[in-house]
Amino acid sequence: MSIKGKAYIAGIYEHPTRVALGKTLPQLHAELAKGALADAGLSKDDIDAYYCAGDAPGMGGIDMVEYMGLNNVRQIDSTETGGSSYVLHVNHAAQAIAAGHCKVALITLAGRPAADAKEGVMFRMGGETPSSSGFEAPFRPSIVNMYAMCAQRHMYEYGTTSEQLAWIKVAASHHAQYNEHALRREVVTVEDVVNSPLVASPLHRYDCCVITDGGGAVIVVAPEIMKKLKRPAVKILGAGEAPKHLMGGKVDLTYSGARWSGPKAFEEAGVTQKDIKYASIYDSFTITVLETLEDLGFCEKGKGGKFVSDGNLISGVGKLPFNTDGGGLCSNHPGNRGGMTKVLEAVRQIRGEAHPKVQVPNCDIALAHGTGGLLGSRMGSATVILGNQDS
Amino acid sequence: MSEAKPKAKVRAPKINHETKAFWDATAQGKLHVGKCDDCGEHYYYPRPLCPFCFSDKTRLALCSGNGVIYTYSVTMGKEPYTIAYVTLAEGPTILTNIVECDFDKLAIGQKVKVVFYDTGEGSAVPMFTVA
Repeated sequence: MSIKGKAYIAGIYEHPTRVALGKTLPQLHAELAKGALADAGLSKDDIDAYYCAGDAPGMGGIDMVEYMGLNNVRQIDSTETGGSSYVLHVNHAAQAIAAGHCKVALITLAGRPAADAKEGVMFRMGGETPSSSGFEAPFRPSIVNMYAMCAQRHMYEYGTTSEQLAWIKVAASHHAQYNEHALRREVVTVEDVVNSPLVASPLHRYDCCVITDGGGAVIVVAPEIMKKLKRPAVKILGAGEAPKHLMGGKVDLTYSGARWSGPKAFEEAGVTQKDIKYASIYDSFTITVLETLEDLGFCEKGKGGKFVSDGNLISGVGKLPFNTDGGGLCSNHPGNRGGMTKVLEAVRQIRGEAHPKVQVPNCDIALAHGTGGLLGSRMGSATVILGNQDS
Repeated sequence: MSEAKPKAKVRAPKINHETKAFWDATAQGKLHVGKCDDCGEHYYYPRPLCPFCFSDKTRLALCSGNGVIYTYSVTMGKEPYTIAYVTLAEGPTILTNIVECDFDKLAIGQKVKVVFYDTGEGSAVPMFTVA
């Protein structure tokens, strides 16, 4: 069964905060839900399905539907694939709607790592596994060095340079200057990026995303609901998802799970890379974007460095405008999970509601991609392709 | 194989019944990978069911301790350290640290050999240095 045309994104909301001192985690989730409902023109009682991931407190869905007073929910899904969860949730919600299980699905993401740090609360990953406890933890893997090792290998195999990676940050910064909520709005140059301090070689500080609080919410609805609403229809055309891991020791860090999630999404949507007018690409680090663009087929494997150079990702300048909100690299990476904001900006682009300086003309088809977990070990990849009413 | 170095500041692994034999052997300066007697694959990390063919005819296989750097990254800070994936002579690529050498001269493809760091808790952590 295909989800193509069976479900629509009717409401979105991104929390304007970047440091959520004074707000609790469930409170953020609830504020986000309220914002997305208002955007859609729906009420709380319309929601009959709820999706959340590991960022939701307590038992996730069960706790949050109670907190938010959602009394008509008949399906919950708390699939956890790290930062890509919310892209995957769009797919799962569309599948549930297409199968007739629900009509109005709410997805929320919230986090407060910046506020937690100020309050002395340590960030913790979940339960113990053989990999996390014994075979990896003694070697001090960090989020940055587990991506840096991918960059190092990509450079070795394909000649990718730090300057090429820097272009990804440069493009994001060009977009962020127009986003009043972006944490970092200053436009940076390739030199600024490669001269910023090394965090874990070969990645510099400006190769890394921001750490912010807040979050986002999405409401996915059945076609008959969408027809009654006043917001521009954003049709879900296709989606794909796949985990990727260390393959029992046959390690290859030069590609991501997008190698599998991408083709599935393109096939279901019935479109090709050339049809994509705008792409939201998960940007925890510059290398994440580079490998993902290759894996999604926007360029040949190994040619990502050349593809992203010279402003090719800058709206109005290059061939593939990406992350026009400033992305995780400059604007927002709430709760250390960037998949939600990838969906939100893709919806704004289809609606024609991105900032005028970065809005892609006639943006009828857009793609959003999430990468959760660690590119250097195990991850969950998720791709969704969206279109306007006529797509 | 080398003797485990005493008093090194290393984070001890958490050990359970599935991983105990592997870690007990490290205290004797021995590095193992998983080996499947059905499909013949070497794999890492070791686990009771083969991740390639799901056979339970698996065991620990002793490694030579030789390998090459697949990739690495130097994490900056007061005391920089190098995390790496090393491809063992037996096949599997494993997460580790590169130690006791000039980090500025490291390169992918470089030959390395195992060196054990005693945790003081009945195990030793297998790291690698330039061969």
